[in-house]
Amino acid sequence: MTARLDTYTVPETLPPDVSAPDGPDAPAGPDAPHAHAALAGPAPLEAAHRRTRGVRSSARTLGRSGLAVLRRPGLLLAVLFLLLVVAWALAPGVFAAQDPITGVPTDRLQAPSAEHLFGTDHLGRDVYARVVHGSWLSLSATVIAVALGLSVGSLLGLLAGFLRGWVDDVVGRVVDVLLAVPSLLLSLAIITVLGFGTVKVAIAVGITTIAAFARVMRAEALRTSSTTYVEAARASGVRWYTVLRRHILPNSAGPVVALTALELGSSVLAISALSFLGYGAAPPTPEWGALVSGGRDYLASAWWLTTLPGLVIVAVVLSANRISRSLEKDGEDR
Amino acid sequence: MGRYIARRLGQGGFVLWAAFTISFFLLYVLPSDAASIKAAGADGDLSDPELVARLRAEQGLDRPVLVQYAHGLWGALHLDFGRSFSSGAPATKLLAEALPPTLQLTALALGLALAGGAALALASTYPRARWLRHTLTSLPALGISLPTFWVGLLLLQWFSFELRLFPAMGNEGFESLVLPAFTLAIPASAAFAQVLSRSLRQTLAEPYVETARAKGAGRARVHFGHALRNASIPALTVLGVTVGGLLAGAVVTETVFSRAGVGRLTVTAVNQQDVPVVQAIVVFSAVVFVVVTLLVDLLYPVLDPRITTRQPSAAA
Amino acid sequence: MSVPVHDDVLLDVQDLRVGYRTTAGGDAPAVDGVSLQVRAGEVVALVGESGSGKSTTAHAVVNLLPRGGRRTSGTIRFGGQDLTGLSEGEWREVRGRRIGLVPQDPTVSLNPVQRVGDQVAEVLVIHGLARRREARRRAVDLLEKAGLDDPAARARQYPSQLSGGMRQRVLIAIAIAAGPDLVIADEPTSALDVTVQRRILDHIELLRSTLGTAVLLITHDLGVAADRADRIVVLRHGRVVEEGPARSVLTDPQHPYTRELIAAAPSLASTRLGSGAAVLPTSRPAAGPDDGTQVASSAPLLEARGLRKEFPLPRGAAARSLVAVDDVSFDLHAGQTFALVGESGSGKSTTARLVLRLEQPTAGSLLLDGTDLTAARGEELRRLRRRFQVVYQSPYASLDPRFTVEQIVEEPLRAYKVGDARARRARVRELVDQVALPATALGRGPRELSGGQRQRVAIARALALRPDLVVLDEPVSALDVSVQAQILDLLSALQAEHGLAYLFISHDLAVVRQVADHVGVMHRGRLVETGTADRILLDPREEYTRELVAAIPGRRALADAGTP
Repeated sequence: MTARLDTYTVPETLPPDVSAPDGPDAPAGPDAPHAHAALAGPAPLEAAHRRTRGVRSSARTLGRSGLAVLRRPGLLLAVLFLLLVVAWALAPGVFAAQDPITGVPTDRLQAPSAEHLFGTDHLGRDVYARVVHGSWLSLSATVIAVALGLSVGSLLGLLAGFLRGWVDDVVGRVVDVLLAVPSLLLSLAIITVLGFGTVKVAIAVGITTIAAFARVMRAEALRTSSTTYVEAARASGVRWYTVLRRHILPNSAGPVVALTALELGSSVLAISALSFLGYGAAPPTPEWGALVSGGRDYLASAWWLTTLPGLVIVAVVLSANRISRSLEKDGEDR
Repeated sequence: MGRYIARRLGQGGFVLWAAFTISFFLLYVLPSDAASIKAAGADGDLSDPELVARLRAEQGLDRPVLVQYAHGLWGALHLDFGRSFSSGAPATKLLAEALPPTLQLTALALGLALAGGAALALASTYPRARWLRHTLTSLPALGISLPTFWVGLLLLQWFSFELRLFPAMGNEGFESLVLPAFTLAIPASAAFAQVLSRSLRQTLAEPYVETARAKGAGRARVHFGHALRNASIPALTVLGVTVGGLLAGAVVTETVFSRAGVGRLTVTAVNQQDVPVVQAIVVFSAVVFVVVTLLVDLLYPVLDPRITTRQPSAAA
Repeated sequence: MSVPVHDDVLLDVQDLRVGYRTTAGGDAPAVDGVSLQVRAGEVVALVGESGSGKSTTAHAVVNLLPRGGRRTSGTIRFGGQDLTGLSEGEWREVRGRRIGLVPQDPTVSLNPVQRVGDQVAEVLVIHGLARRREARRRAVDLLEKAGLDDPAARARQYPSQLSGGMRQRVLIAIAIAAGPDLVIADEPTSALDVTVQRRILDHIELLRSTLGTAVLLITHDLGVAADRADRIVVLRHGRVVEEGPARSVLTDPQHPYTRELIAAAPSLASTRLGSGAAVLPTSRPAAGPDDGTQVASSAPLLEARGLRKEFPLPRGAAARSLVAVDDVSFDLHAGQTFALVGESGSGKSTTARLVLRLEQPTAGSLLLDGTDLTAARGEELRRLRRRFQVVYQSPYASLDPRFTVEQIVEEPLRAYKVGDARARRARVRELVDQVALPATALGRGPRELSGGQRQRVAIARALALRPDLVVLDEPVSALDVSVQAQILDLLSALQAEHGLAYLFISHDLAVVRQVADHVGVMHRGRLVETGTADRILLDPREEYTRELVAAIPGRRALADAGTP
């Protein structure tokens, strides 16, 4: 039994060709070929015959989604790049040997080359090394921000969607207000109170993401709790907390996971913008936004100082968005 | 219809009240002593209790919180957010002075964003060639991944320093407006295009589109006569957020292009922890959001008769 | 191959093949060599279950295949002209002008933001038959022709202001606007109530006789086909299995699949399953009073008394509240089936939800074996729930997609901590066996099962706690007829074996007469007539019941053919 429990906690990605007809009540639209399965009766059983019950484990599910990644080169690239950036953050020394803080004065403002991939800045510091070493602060700020939004926002949304009534009204109003103030301005107001620094910036950005998580989680909780299978569980006598744990949470998770990936991307943008404005770590500590800002005085002479660190930010955000989109699409397919 | 408008007005009023209240408690009450912030910002002399006390009295901070709140709310209703900690001028006056250049900038950017976004959305759904649709569909995803400050700096690099087409900074004339407006418009148009093209694709899959095609309607008639109006309804919803985003983007853009405006005022106020000015800006941005959302709400019934018409009565 | 069979052949489809692009690459065939003809002024019914390719065939005829679908071979000739080589521009002159299409679901097939009159007028404008102003005027005439009352006022309304039946009439007006020679009606009434369905089909028939338009009627209901068509073409798995005049297909089917379909079609069958007593729809029962409850000797298992349910309406609506169920009383005895029949909005499903205690009644009482269900709360109610379980209409929606069959069936056992894990496992196996599913299904998810198999899982779940009463809320209306018959058989067998009482909710009198001992007819929240199934069907006393009985498709054909 224990091996089998994880079949419903791990999201299951069925390859699209196996998925049986899942449309609304028959007779549905122009009869797509997969509808054959419905009529043929035992056919889908036959098709799935190879898969014996015992193997139906999380390992196989992971293996399958691994295959799905391989079939989509864009997605594969996005995952690999994000893994690389995480590796930069965890072990920057492995990827960039040069010192990110003290430069070699004779090497100042050199264009990109084999020796200095991203060139050097006005103090002769290797820009690539500064990007690699800056990824720890930038990424951890992002993770703090999203973790804050995810935990507070989803809790609020879950309460609103599951309890409804006045709780829903209150959460709805709070979300309205959070959405009414543009997130960057809200972050700035919070920074006015908290002061400067990477963690404070992360908290300020995290608070602005609460609204999005609360909205999505509420919508999902409302949707799943009004499904027939939840009602069927209630009607057969299952207690409400069991329904919440076994049906509502697992079936609401998909879109929230997709949103998490999306918010990781937009938080990277928001944090780098605040860091660009100078509210993050104090120099000379490298941080992505601050790196771009540092190149402003050399726009005319050293393009690489702004362009290349900026490109890294773009690539990270693009990758996060790409992953979010495929998570969302997998959710729609099921 | 009257009931619909009244309800929307009520909701808008509530949001404004809540935005004021939350920012008030955030900015004035949470920090144990707003005056000490001011003192730190002004001359850094926190150790002088006499100065702190004088400042507290000056700002009315020695009164009970609820009295301060009532006073603040009463003032806000009269467009009075108190005096700037740093310059001593009324916060509302500072905001009003900074507003015109920012309005020009965001208005131009909004026009560019809507036109560009709509064009991109149509271009990514209309062509018959699959590869072209696919390529154009991926553009908005790229656009929303670009940091505003980076786009601004790249535009500066190319158009000011390389090509010398536009000035690099300042508020002089229309030419100085072009690059900042494009900087602001690029991410905004990408976001708008994403919502509209998604909505268009969903609409084009609706059964009533098949009905139109079964009538013998051509591609253009189906797209512009049936799908676009239906698809623009959800796309309009994001207009409030779009305008708010442009206002917030002005903070970064005005910094990059060294323009005067609300954005620069915000940066200065945050740097000096000038609480009254920050609060005035936050509440102002909520006003903008509420007004835009209200305008959109008034536009809905024009586009979608379902909002004001009654439900079906009885059987056939 | 493309030699016309007859001079007046209007539509001649030869060896049509349509494939859908699959994710694996390559095409999955949906239509696999279909040939059919429609003569001028003729009604041909294309009958098949889901996945038979009937709708795909219809869409291929007007070249409106859904995304991913394409014609791989075959010819389509219309009025002597080969359509297969037409450009998109030339197709546009065929669609609407020469072939009209009545789509499946009227509630979503009209543009919600355009006035219906303009949507009808558009056809005339597209084909250059009228200028805008003139087209609008003619649209009103067309709406009148399609059978809408007060067409001038209707033309200025939006779709959301019209009922489903009215919308279908608007779509008929659109289809006939340009005076086409052929109208393809794709399941034109499957989304509508039976009485509305009958009126719409009557009207299509009227148009055929007045305008001489040929009709290709796509339907899953053999009864509808038998009533309305001159000829019937039976499709299965993308192939034609039988074709011929409606009467001979019905009375003398050649292919075993057609015989199976006829046997399964509830509207053409007439026996109470499991009882063996045939009830001929043309015969009348022995005269005698019948109060509908006299059969039972013992006290009823379930007594509903004066049930009433009001739903509050949002402020600003005309009324304060909506009365969904109004003074409904009935008895249900152990081992018997009581069916509640009604159209959408009649309150039958709300009544089921009241019985299931998913809604609290505004007034009235429910006694289960003498215990008042309406008064029960919390743990007491949970204990009572063991005794009444439910099977829902849609087997796609009522099973959690993340669960395996074993987990689904086990869930009620776990909820009541019945036995240990091993005992529960054994019980689940037994249940799955009872509903005739293979043991290999246990580890599968609902997605890997067909509709009928999923419904079997739902039944197994309902039986897990050995309830006395099972509420069956439209348990077969989402299923194909042949699957319907299997599920109804299973339900009868289980009832006989376990002495179950069924509260059977259905919109379909034809299905009801196969399973019910007693029938209650609901209309606008009230129970207008109750009685034994035979009595209700053969001797309906209320006007509304008579209308319902008359609307059962297949009756006309049966009367003509003179066979049950």
